[in-house]
This record gives sequence, C-alpha cells and structure tokens, in this order.
Amino acid sequence: MSKRPSRQRHPLYGLMAEFERPDSLIAAARRAREAGYTRMDAYSPYPVEGLADALEFKGTMVPMIVLIGGVIGCIGGFLMQYWLAGSYYPINIGGRPLNSWPAFIPITFELTVLVAALSAVLGMLALNGLPQPYHPVFNVPGFALASRDRFFLAIESRDPKFDAETTRAFLRTLGAKEVSDVDY
Amino acid sequence: MEENPEHRADVDMSIPPVVGPGYTTASVTEKISHIVLTRRTPKGWIFGFTVSFVIVMVLLFSVSFLLVKGVGIWGIMIPVGWGFAIINFVWWIGIGHAGTLISAILLLLNQKWRTSINRFAEAMTLFAVACAGMFPLLHLGRPWFFYWLFPYPNTMGVQPQFRSPLVWDVFAVSTYFTVSLLFWFTGLLPDLATLRDRAKSRVYRVIYGILAMGWRGSARHWQRYEMAYLLLAGLATPLVVSVHTVVSFDFAIAILPGWHTTIFPPYFVAGAIYSGFAMVLVLAIPLRRFYGLEDFITMRHIRNMAKVMLATGLIVAYGYMMETFMSWYSGDIYEKSAFHNRAFGPYKGFYWALIACNVIIPQVLWIKRIRNSTVAVFVASLFVLVGMWLERFVIVVTSLSRDYLTSSWGMYSPTFWDWATFIGTIGFFAACMFLFVRFLPMISIAEMKALISEEDAKHGLEEARQ
Repeated sequence: MSKRPSRQRHPLYGLMAEFERPDSLIAAARRAREAGYTRMDAYSPYPVEGLADALEFKGTMVPMIVLIGGVIGCIGGFLMQYWLAGSYYPINIGGRPLNSWPAFIPITFELTVLVAALSAVLGMLALNGLPQPYHPVFNVPGFALASRDRFFLAIESRDPKFDAETTRAFLRTLGAKEVSDVDY
Repeated sequence: MEENPEHRADVDMSIPPVVGPGYTTASVTEKISHIVLTRRTPKGWIFGFTVSFVIVMVLLFSVSFLLVKGVGIWGIMIPVGWGFAIINFVWWIGIGHAGTLISAILLLLNQKWRTSINRFAEAMTLFAVACAGMFPLLHLGRPWFFYWLFPYPNTMGVQPQFRSPLVWDVFAVSTYFTVSLLFWFTGLLPDLATLRDRAKSRVYRVIYGILAMGWRGSARHWQRYEMAYLLLAGLATPLVVSVHTVVSFDFAIAILPGWHTTIFPPYFVAGAIYSGFAMVLVLAIPLRRFYGLEDFITMRHIRNMAKVMLATGLIVAYGYMMETFMSWYSGDIYEKSAFHNRAFGPYKGFYWALIACNVIIPQVLWIKRIRNSTVAVFVASLFVLVGMWLERFVIVVTSLSRDYLTSSWGMYSPTFWDWATFIGTIGFFAACMFLFVRFLPMISIAEMKALISEEDAKHGLEEARQ
C-alpha cells in the first residue's frame, strides 16, 4: 500500500513496435534489453527460437508443476488401490496377499500420466493467465497480424525507464515498421 | 538399370522438402484458414457428411434398440461372450494409436515431416477412441451404470477389483482419451487465435475467440506453451504403449489357449500402429486431393507413412509367426490345438483372409512405384484395416469358441444388430471427421509457419526474397 504513489497508472499500457521478420524482432529485443528496458514482451505467430533468451526470460515453472502433478498421481493412485483393495473392500482370493502391488502398477502408471498431463496443460494456462477475455494489446490496430505473419515488441508503461516520448523515439531506431500506442 | 545423369540428380535430392516451394508464413495461414473460414461449404462435403450422418442415425437406432432389449440382440452367447463388441473396441482403439505416435513420438524424434499430418491424426485418435469407448460400455448390459467401473464412494460399499485387467482398461482408456484431448486442444490453441483474428463473421469471431482463451502469442506464453507441449509429448509416448499393452492384458492374463502369451503386448502395440497408419493414409489421401493440400501433405509424407506401415506390418507378421512357433514349441496340446483350430478350424476363412490382408498384400509397399501411387497406397491401407479387424475377430472368436472342454464349444455368428452398431460407429467416426475438417484447421498453422521460417533460414531464402 505504501507503494501506491509510484504505482499510479500510466495512461498507456505501453508502446508497440511492429516487425516483419523474426530476426529483426530478436535483434530489437536484444537492443531494448541493452538500453535497460525490463518490462517487455514480444508477440509472434509461432514460437521464435532465441526470443526468450533475447528478452532474458527466466526458465518456466511448467516442468516443476508437471513433476509435482506426476508424483501426486503416482502416490495417490497407488495409495487409493492399496487402501480400497487392502482394507476398505478386501477380497480374499485363495489367500493371496491383499497388497498385491504388482497388479496395482498399471493403474498407478495411468494416473501418474493423467495427473501430470492435466497439470501440464492447466499449469501452462494458469501461468499464462488464460483464459483472459481482455488484454490491451488487442487495441493496437494491426495486432491481429500477430497470429498471421507479423512480430511485435511491446515495452510496457510499468517499466521504470518508460517514458512515452523517449521510448517511442527509441523504438523507431530499431527498424520497426510501425510504432503504435497501446491504450488500456 | 543404367545410371543416367538425370537419375543421379534425383538420388541426390532423395529427401525432398516437407512443404511445397514458394510458401510464406502469410500464404500458409491464408490457405489453411481459408478452408475453415470460407462461407461456401463444398458440395462434396455436404454429400459426405449427409451419408455419414445417416449412418450415425443407424448407430443411434441400434443403440436405442440395444438399450430396450439388452445385449441378447447381439450374436454373443456362451462361450463367445465377447464377440463384436470387444473386436470393435480393440480395432478402434488401435487405430487411435497412430495419431499419438505421429504427434508425440515423432515430435520427440524431431521428425519434421509430422507437422502437416499431426493435427488430423490427433483428431482421428480422439474420434477413434470415442468409437472404441462405446463398445465396452454397451457390452456392459446395463450401460447406464457405467460409473460403477470407477472407484467412487457409494452406499453399496463395493469397489472395483484393481487386480483385473478389465479395470486397468477403464483407467487406461479414459486416461488416453483425456490426454489425447489435452494434447489436441493445446496444439489447437494458437490456431484458434489465428482463426479468431482472420474470421470475418462475428459469430465465428466470438466462438473461436472463446475457444482461443485470449491467446495473444506472447513470447512468455510461447515459452511455457512449448515446454508444456513437449512434456505432454513425453507423457503421451509411454501412455500410448501402455494403453494397448493393457488392452492386450485383457486377453493375455486370461488362461485361454491362444490368449495366454507374453508376446501379446508388443505385437498388439505394433498392430495398433499398423492399423492406425493405414487409417491416417485412408484419410489423408482423399483429404489432400479434395482440399488441394498436395503442397503440405506431400508425396514424401505418403511414402514415409507407407514405410512405417510396412515396418509395423512386418513386426505383426513376426508376431503371428512366433505365436504359431510357440504353440508348437510349448508342447502343450491345448495351445497346439488352438492354433490348428485357427488355421484349419471352422473360422479358417477369416484366418487366411487375415494373413492375406496383413502379411501378404502389404508387401507390395516394398516397390517404390507402388509407394509413389496414392491410389495403390490407399488400397493397400484399406486391406490393412480389414486385415487388422479380421485379426481381432480371429483372436477373440477362435479362442473363446473352442477352449479346453469339447462339451463347452460353440459357434459364434454376428447378427444384423452387431453389424449395424459396427457400421454405425464408422459413420460416427466419419461424421466427426467431416465436422472437424469444416470447423477446425486440419493442419497446424502455427507449426507449419515455424517450419517454413526454419526452412527459409536454412536455405537463406530470406536474403533472396529481399
């Protein structure tokens, strides 16, 4: 709460530069990092190799989430069978052990995969903040091409170095096809 | 054959590109999304969908009749209690496996040519598994109690028997369907965003917009997306092997002669991929022709798939050989008689037809000229599909109809309703495929663009274009 004054909302979400080629986007991202911008995101119609590195993104949490999901599925799946077949509803078949663990492996495996896969997709969506009905970048005219063949670099107004005029001038120097304001 | 220079040049370019020449990321987007977003529905589509829809009605009618009368309308009896329901279940689920193989295993193996066929192969998986799932449920006798198969707290105080392969099957198939759906949807997400941005009609924009969940192609999102997609592929790979293994356990764990063998899991998995690739070819060859997608689903794809089919077919043939050898080598009279019964018993016609369709006819794919002819590959694939169905028939029926005691032998023959239900599911599958190619991009747009941009960078075409 004490940070309130500095959090005052800028009238713009940010500034967006449009590029025609993936390598110009990577070069632009790298130069923006060098210029000291930190709050940036790039938009592309397909994953561009090296872009995450150029923007200096940290690694993702997705593998950890999947691992945790898999472990939960594995242990949970086995314990479910152990408890149901061993104590809740035991069936004595010729005096064989109730904890017949080899017979529990297939379902344990299936549940491991099931929970891991669900956590991969739901985890990815949750980290990405999807579904998201509204996002300011869609206000940029021509942003629809981000899902076709255009590449965009957005410097957000939350960036401490952000200043509408100087940032706009800076983006122009990057060889962008167009630089537009991103309204909220 | 003499070596002329032209021929040599042909050999040097033995690996042609996976995309036709002259495509840019924009034109690929236009071409694939146009199939979905065009207002005019092709006449051929309307005709095909109508036919399959009529067959779906046959399915609905036979299922309704089954619900009213019970499984007695089918040909199943004692000793052959499994009949068509289980034959069709195993056949359909096997077909699904090629979709996962193409989308997951070939992704992990970095096989670029999978890109243009993975989307509809995954759709095929989903619909095939949906068809497969119907049969065991309808076979339950009281399908409305299907949820008894799952462990849930209930007032009856009973729980499923976790030591039974039939319960493993419930978990394997439902997991398989769920993971295939997740994999398919994750792959679709960026393409749904493309359709949302390309659609002219408001209705389409809203529907695709909801499905795309607000995907905006952010680099941060792509990073997590690619990781999630790769992990899903890694999870789906052992899963697909496990599913048909568990299906084969339904047989192998029983002590019936002809079923109780350790070769069942690997040879069921190979057979599944075999029939699945046949189905992908049966779908791909008319689709590429009808929608003019020869530049994306190239002859190289057709040839590669034909080769995979040939290879898995040989594994299956090896399985038949080993089964026969082991029945002799085991020295067990029941095993021996089970195999004698297969080849020379009352169902011998099915057995030899299966050998012809699965082992002999597909050997034509060794010939390069045949692999280069879409018609020939299409026909060979149809034979494989029939052959794999016959294989399931032979396995299920011959072993059950003649087990240990002669007094308990019996002959099985399907009824009209067996056929109506089976053909009905084929109609259901076809109708789903028709709806899919009309409303969703049948080729992954984002992956095609990534592929083209990669190829461009490789060949330095970007410089040439400027």
